[in-house]
Amino acid sequence: MATDPIHQFQIHKLVPIEVGGVDFSFTNSALFMVVTVVSASAFLILSARGRGLVPGRWQSAAEVVYEFVAKTLRDATGSDGMRFFPLVFSLFIFILFANLIGMFPYFFTVTSHLIITVALAMIVMGTVVFYGFRRHGLHFLKLFTPSGLPAPLLPVVTFIEVLSFISRPVSLSIRLFANMLAGHITLKVFAGFVATLGSLGVAGVLGAILPLAATVALTALEFLVAALQAYVFAVLTCLYLNDALHPGH
Amino acid sequence: MATTSDTPEGPFTTGEGVVVETPGEHNNFPPFDASTFASQLLWFAITFAVLYYVMAKVALPRLGGIIEGRRDRIAADLDTAERLKGESEDAARNYEKALAQARAKASTIAEEARTEAKTKADSQRTELERALADRLTAAETRISDIKHRALSEVGAIAGEATEAVVASLIGATTTPDEVGAAVRDVLSERDANA
Repeated sequence: MATDPIHQFQIHKLVPIEVGGVDFSFTNSALFMVVTVVSASAFLILSARGRGLVPGRWQSAAEVVYEFVAKTLRDATGSDGMRFFPLVFSLFIFILFANLIGMFPYFFTVTSHLIITVALAMIVMGTVVFYGFRRHGLHFLKLFTPSGLPAPLLPVVTFIEVLSFISRPVSLSIRLFANMLAGHITLKVFAGFVATLGSLGVAGVLGAILPLAATVALTALEFLVAALQAYVFAVLTCLYLNDALHPGH
Repeated sequence: MATTSDTPEGPFTTGEGVVVETPGEHNNFPPFDASTFASQLLWFAITFAVLYYVMAKVALPRLGGIIEGRRDRIAADLDTAERLKGESEDAARNYEKALAQARAKASTIAEEARTEAKTKADSQRTELERALADRLTAAETRISDIKHRALSEVGAIAGEATEAVVASLIGATTTPDEVGAAVRDVLSERDANA
């Protein structure tokens, strides 16, 4: 069980809750969602507690994250996209903290479950569709009909545009889910090699050096992936929100 | 592996009565285990809503306020610095102007003083020269008077001397008139020769 690479994704009930026959138990996944939200909130609120004109280390880090997300959103959508700043920032910080907390041994990675990444993606797509129709009405559908196109090509291109729009939440959710899942499985497999080989005597210990080095390197890579996937998710969110704000291409 | 032995049978029993998912043999791969979806979605919705609320209402306004405040402060400080620089430049210009004015005034005052002193000295000198010239003229007049007087007395002295000389040389007595005539002749002859 300990070396089973899938075991780390198991969900256990901590506080069983059942409403109308549906299982709403407080699980280890829910616990780590709470940990994610609490630590992210603590980081951003406590670091800015001093409201220093000259920031300290923690405040500086919080300001860097703030300015980074703000710049990403402003560059992609212009200044009228800043109304979505709390949403984009929350998505980014949630994914970032969930990914990073998942890097601790024995910790659960919230974003390694498809249903969570689908939920994150649906928040984005729901916002895009809702805001797009509310702001532009049926003009929002211009998103699927690029202007200046010859009439015979229009159905084909529209079909492709619709397809690409529908595939957005799929790619958005699968990318994050698959990255976290695959990374953690790979880490576990390589670390498992170390344990297995190490128990085979001297030759095994020597042979375990390579997978150990690989585990160390992969850990560093996974930290990069954890931050990068949060960034990718935030950037794509900004781009999709830009479509809701300016559907005319 | 099957830790969720108390999985509710409700949602996993289809209308046809076919048990899709039963405890013990449910999906081996946790991320695709649909029995956990409802719980995950519920807790995700709760935690993400809390996170969004905290971000939107507390954390982001605070951070934004700090950054905005710093930007305003820096801009204000730069404005102040710009203003003070302008003021100091004005002051420097005014100082230069005042200095130039003072210098010009000083030079005119010096010029006036010099001219005044010069005219005063000139007038004093001319006065002095005139006084000296007056005294010179007076002295010259007096000298010529004395000379005339002396010359006129020279005739009388010469006459008396001549009388004495003639008496001791030839023992003849002469009248002063004769002697005087002779002396006058000699003197006039000498004056003519001179």
